[in-house]
Amino acid sequence: MSRITFALSDLRAKGRKALIPFITAGDPHPSHTVGLMHALVAGGADIIELGVPFSDPMADGPVIQLACERALIHNTSLWNCCAMVAEFRKTDSRTPVVLMGYLNPIETRGLDAFCTLAKDSGVDGVLIVDLAVEEAPEFAPKVRSFGLDLIFLLAPTSSDARIEAIAREASGYLYYVSLKGVTGSASLDIGSVTAKLGQIRRHTALPVAVGFGIRDAESAAKVGAVADGVVVGSALVSQIEKHQSTPEVLPDLLKSQLAQMRAALDALN
Amino acid sequence: MIYENLPDARGHFGPYGGRFVAETLMEPLRELEAAYNMLKVDPAFRAELDKDLALYVGRPSPLYPAERLTRKWGGAQIFLKREDLNHTGAHKINNTVGQALLAKHLGKTRIIAETGAGQHGVASATIAARLGLKCVVYMGADDVERQSPNVYRMKLLGAEVIPVQSGTKTLKDALNEALRDWVTNVDDTFYVIGTVAGPHPYPMLVRDFNSVVGREVITQSQNQLGRLPDALVACVGGGSNAIGLFHPMIQYDEVKMYGVEAGGDGIETGRHAAPLSAGKPGVLHGNRTYVMADDNGQIIGTHSISAGLDYPGVGPEHAWLKDIGRVNYVSVTDDEALAAFHELTRVEGIIPALEPSHAIAYAKKLAPTMAKDQIIVVNLSGRGDKDIFTIAKREGISLL
Repeated sequence: MSRITFALSDLRAKGRKALIPFITAGDPHPSHTVGLMHALVAGGADIIELGVPFSDPMADGPVIQLACERALIHNTSLWNCCAMVAEFRKTDSRTPVVLMGYLNPIETRGLDAFCTLAKDSGVDGVLIVDLAVEEAPEFAPKVRSFGLDLIFLLAPTSSDARIEAIAREASGYLYYVSLKGVTGSASLDIGSVTAKLGQIRRHTALPVAVGFGIRDAESAAKVGAVADGVVVGSALVSQIEKHQSTPEVLPDLLKSQLAQMRAALDALN
Repeated sequence: MIYENLPDARGHFGPYGGRFVAETLMEPLRELEAAYNMLKVDPAFRAELDKDLALYVGRPSPLYPAERLTRKWGGAQIFLKREDLNHTGAHKINNTVGQALLAKHLGKTRIIAETGAGQHGVASATIAARLGLKCVVYMGADDVERQSPNVYRMKLLGAEVIPVQSGTKTLKDALNEALRDWVTNVDDTFYVIGTVAGPHPYPMLVRDFNSVVGREVITQSQNQLGRLPDALVACVGGGSNAIGLFHPMIQYDEVKMYGVEAGGDGIETGRHAAPLSAGKPGVLHGNRTYVMADDNGQIIGTHSISAGLDYPGVGPEHAWLKDIGRVNYVSVTDDEALAAFHELTRVEGIIPALEPSHAIAYAKKLAPTMAKDQIIVVNLSGRGDKDIFTIAKREGISLL
C-alpha cells in the first residue's frame, strides 16, 4: 500500500478529512522549502503537494505564477525538488509528498530518469496539470511501475465518460478542481461541488480531494463536509509572497494558518 | 509518396500535437472538435465562409510575378502570393473569419485572442466588430510597447487589449493568459487561436482555414504557368501562413518546400526564435512539438526583430513535416531579413512585413541555385506598415 493510500485510509477509518497544503518549491528561496514543509506538517498537513516551478504555468493564477517566477530566479529545477523531498524524508518518513507541475520539465529529463529519482527521493505521487488521461497511455503504467501514485484532476466540465476513464488510470486520490478557472480564483459554489462529487463517486471509490477557491478555515470546513480532503495553495503562497523579504517568519505563519483549517476540519466530526 | 491524412483521431501528427491542457478544457475542446467536424462539411457553413473570404477579405489574392526581382537575383522565377493585400493586411484574417463563424454557430458571445505583432489581434477585433461579438485580446506588455499602432487599431475596432505582465511579456505569455481566460469563461467564450499550435483541434482547424492560400496557388499556377511551382518558401513562427501554403501541395513530391525560421542574431548566438532549427521536442501550450527550452525543461526567451516570429514553439504539423523530411526548415538572421525588406520595397514597390521578409531573404539565397525556367512561390504573408516604426528605430531614424 502506498504512503498516500495508507494515510488516506487511516483518515477515513478515523472519520477525518485530509488537509493537503500546496507550496511551490524554491519559493521564496530553495533553502526555505524543506523547513516550510515541516512547518506544514506541524500545522496539521496530511499530504504535501510540492509545486515544481515552470516558466509557463498556464493553469495557474497570478499568485502561483509569481511563486514560479521567484523560484526560477534561483533556478529551482525538477532535480532540486527531488533533493528537497529527500532532505525532508530524513526527519519525516510518514507524510506523503506529491510533486505537482507541468509535463515539459519531466519530459526534458526523461520519464525513466525522473521516476527513478523521484522514488529514491521519497516522492509518493505525481500530479501533472497538463497531462490529460488520453495522452497518458504509456506514461501512467510507467509511473505506476515505479510505485508512484499518479494523481489526476477532475473538473466541473468532466463528463461521465471522462470521469470513468480518469478514475481507471488514477491512484492515491483524485483532485477535483472546484470551479472553472485558474488557481487562486475567488468563488466557491459548494452546492455544485457537492453535486459533482456525487457524480464522481458513482464512478470510483478513490478518495476525492477538492481544491481551487479554498482560502480559510470557513471554506475548508464547507468543502471538508462533502469531500475526503481539501487542498489549499494560493492562500498559503500569498503569505509567502507577502513575507518574502522576512522569510524567517514564514514557518510559524504557515503553521498557524494551516492549524486553523485543521481545527475547522476536525470540528466536523 | 502517400501521406497520411493527419492529424489522427486523437489529434496527433506522428508523435506531435495532441491535447495537453488542464482537465477543465478537455470537454470544451472535444465539443469544439465535434462542432467543427460537422460544420466543415455543412454546405451552408462553407457558403457563408466562401462569401466572407471573397467579399470581406478580398480573395483570391494575386499570384504576382516579381519580374524585376527575378532578373536581379538571376535564377528561378519569383512569384509572390499577395496575402498582404487581404483586408487587415495579412493572412491572419483567413483564420479569424473561419473561427468567428464557428463561434457564432456555437452560440458564443465573446471571443478572446492572443497576439504577438498585433496582426492576429487586429484580425480578431475586425471580425468581432463585424459580427457584433465582444473581443478581448491578450498581448505581452513588451509587444504592446513595440507594436503600438496595432494596439490602437484594435481599440478603434472596439476590442479590449490586455497587456500581459507575466513571464517574458511576449507572445508565449499572451497565449498562457488567453488560456487562463478561456478556462475561466469557457461557457460563453470562444478562444480564437492565431496559429497552428495549441491543443487539438486548433492546429487542424487553423490549418484548414489557411489552406485557402495553397489551394489558390495550385489553381493560379496552373492557370498562369500551366504547372505547379518547383519550390514554396514561407516564414515560420507558429507556422500558420506556411502550413496554409504547404498543406494542399504536400502530396506533390516535385514541389519542394522551405520553412524559414527567425535566426535573430544567428543560431550560434542562442538569440533566435528557431525551435525547428535549434530546439528539441517538448510540450508547450497544449501540444507536443519542437520548443526552445533549457536543460531543466523551462521555456527560454526568444529573440527576433519580428514580433510575429518571436515564439519558442511551432505548430506540431511542422514538427512532423521536419522529422519526415518533407519540408526543409532553415533560418535567416535579423540583418538578412531587414536587407530583404529594403530590397523588395525598392525593387518591386511592395513593403513587406518583417515576418515574410525572412522568406524573401531565403528565396534570394535559393533562386540562384535553381534554373531560370523554375518557379519559386514566396508567401508574402503580410504588409509592412506595422513595422516601419521598428525599422526606423533600429536604423536610428526619428519619425516624430
